[in-house]
Amino acid sequence: MQTFDLAAQGLRALNSTLHGLKGQTNMTSWEVINPKGAHAIAVGLDAPVDVTVRGSTGYYCAGMNKQATVRVKGSAGPGVAENMMSGTVIIDGDASQYAGATGRGGLLVIKGNASSRCGISMKGIDIVVHGNIGHMSAFMAQSGNLVVLGDAGEALGDSLYEARLFVRGSVKSLGADCIEKEMRPEHLALLADLLKRGEADHLAKPEDFKRYGSARKLYTFNIDNASSY
Amino acid sequence: MCGIVGLFLKDPKLEPQLGALLTDMLITMTDRGPDSAGIAIYGRPEKGKAKLTVQSPAPEADFATLTEDLGKAIAAKVTGTVKDTHMVLELPEDRLDAARHAMRDLRPKARVMSAGEGIEIYKEVGLPKDVASRFDVARMSGTHGIGHTRMATESAVTTMGAHPFSTGADQCLVHNGSLSNHNSVRRVLRQAGMTFETENDTEVAAAFISHKLQEGAKLGEAMEATLTDLDGFFTFVVGTKNGFGVVRDPIACKPAVMAETDQYVAFGSEYRAMVNLPGIDSARVWEPEPATVYFWER
Repeated sequence: MQTFDLAAQGLRALNSTLHGLKGQTNMTSWEVINPKGAHAIAVGLDAPVDVTVRGSTGYYCAGMNKQATVRVKGSAGPGVAENMMSGTVIIDGDASQYAGATGRGGLLVIKGNASSRCGISMKGIDIVVHGNIGHMSAFMAQSGNLVVLGDAGEALGDSLYEARLFVRGSVKSLGADCIEKEMRPEHLALLADLLKRGEADHLAKPEDFKRYGSARKLYTFNIDNASSY
Repeated sequence: MCGIVGLFLKDPKLEPQLGALLTDMLITMTDRGPDSAGIAIYGRPEKGKAKLTVQSPAPEADFATLTEDLGKAIAAKVTGTVKDTHMVLELPEDRLDAARHAMRDLRPKARVMSAGEGIEIYKEVGLPKDVASRFDVARMSGTHGIGHTRMATESAVTTMGAHPFSTGADQCLVHNGSLSNHNSVRRVLRQAGMTFETENDTEVAAAFISHKLQEGAKLGEAMEATLTDLDGFFTFVVGTKNGFGVVRDPIACKPAVMAETDQYVAFGSEYRAMVNLPGIDSARVWEPEPATVYFWER
């Protein structure tokens, strides 16, 4: 395992070292010590490597991630895994606002709570939150899956497109055009897989969840409104 | 943006380090706002004594004979300590209002930064490290304190536009965000007798809370009222003689992190601000909920 001391070596050196791993994979295991809440740790990775951050991180940790697995042994600040493309990001603690925003692929696991705007405008990412999520989560979410073992805050899935939302606990309120939908066998199978990959299969069963999705009234073409287009 | 830090000490053993801990926290937040910086420190009140912190654009001329002149004007013993552009005047508590009033005639260019039994406010244009070193904040002791580094949006970058704002005895407020209805709220508060020194939105929030407290509201109630009457983005940290409080607007896009141990309660705009506090690795760290009032008092 390669150890990188962020306090001694600096953020730019860390990220350029990790970016340099693209195309060669003989150093696949990395540990970052002394993160001290710094911003933009392990952003823009594009190699199948495993990076463990020993402590809490600031804004945008693991943003734009491709292929890599990034584990944060602490909590993450705003915008963790923002616009992730692929790979896996696992947060042991809590995540601040807009976790996984605009994510296009990969898996984001948050073992604590996520605050407001979790999965806002998600476009294909899968997000598994072991705790609760805050208000305006999955706002304008386009595709992908958001799984919440705890409760959801106000206005869940407002102006939702085709992302699937699964919540085990209570939902404070649903946003515009977001409705509860029936849970069919294919959803139970999907959820079972997400819980397993999200390290949550020992915590919850697929049958405990409700599914929420778009009523498709807001974003689909409506002939009655043709004159306003 | 703007950066806020706050520290409320539960363990008296840390009190000599309050200024040093807060200074370190505030300097870490420099890149959230480099325009101006300020700090409010609450010392342990001494029975019967009060402090008036004043600032002057011409400190040498204004401060040279101020203790004698003010002492004569209010017929009481006044002592003072000059720190750069600020001077802390100590005087009998029952002469505090008279002193504040007398300052207007004695030193018309000087401004009152704070008044009360425990509070001292220092604020100036410049980077946190420079402002903190000008006033030697790192050597100050106290029970709790609040710091702010400003990225100005709603009013000019001046000493008086810097935070914390103090609009009542031993009260102060710092703000990250911007208020959209501050002009109309200021009008209402003026009619109710509150006075304002600036066109700044945050001063309105401070005066709003001071006015509620004057009307008999408890700190928690006054802070709760900001959620219904103030429109805009805000994370506020409010200081009083006995403690401090935190409230965020319902949208809560202005960041806030809190940490609590047996020794202290800390606030930071980012976790980064708190990483050098003693015992932070085992602290309970959380994000204050939107539209929820938190406060700690001793």
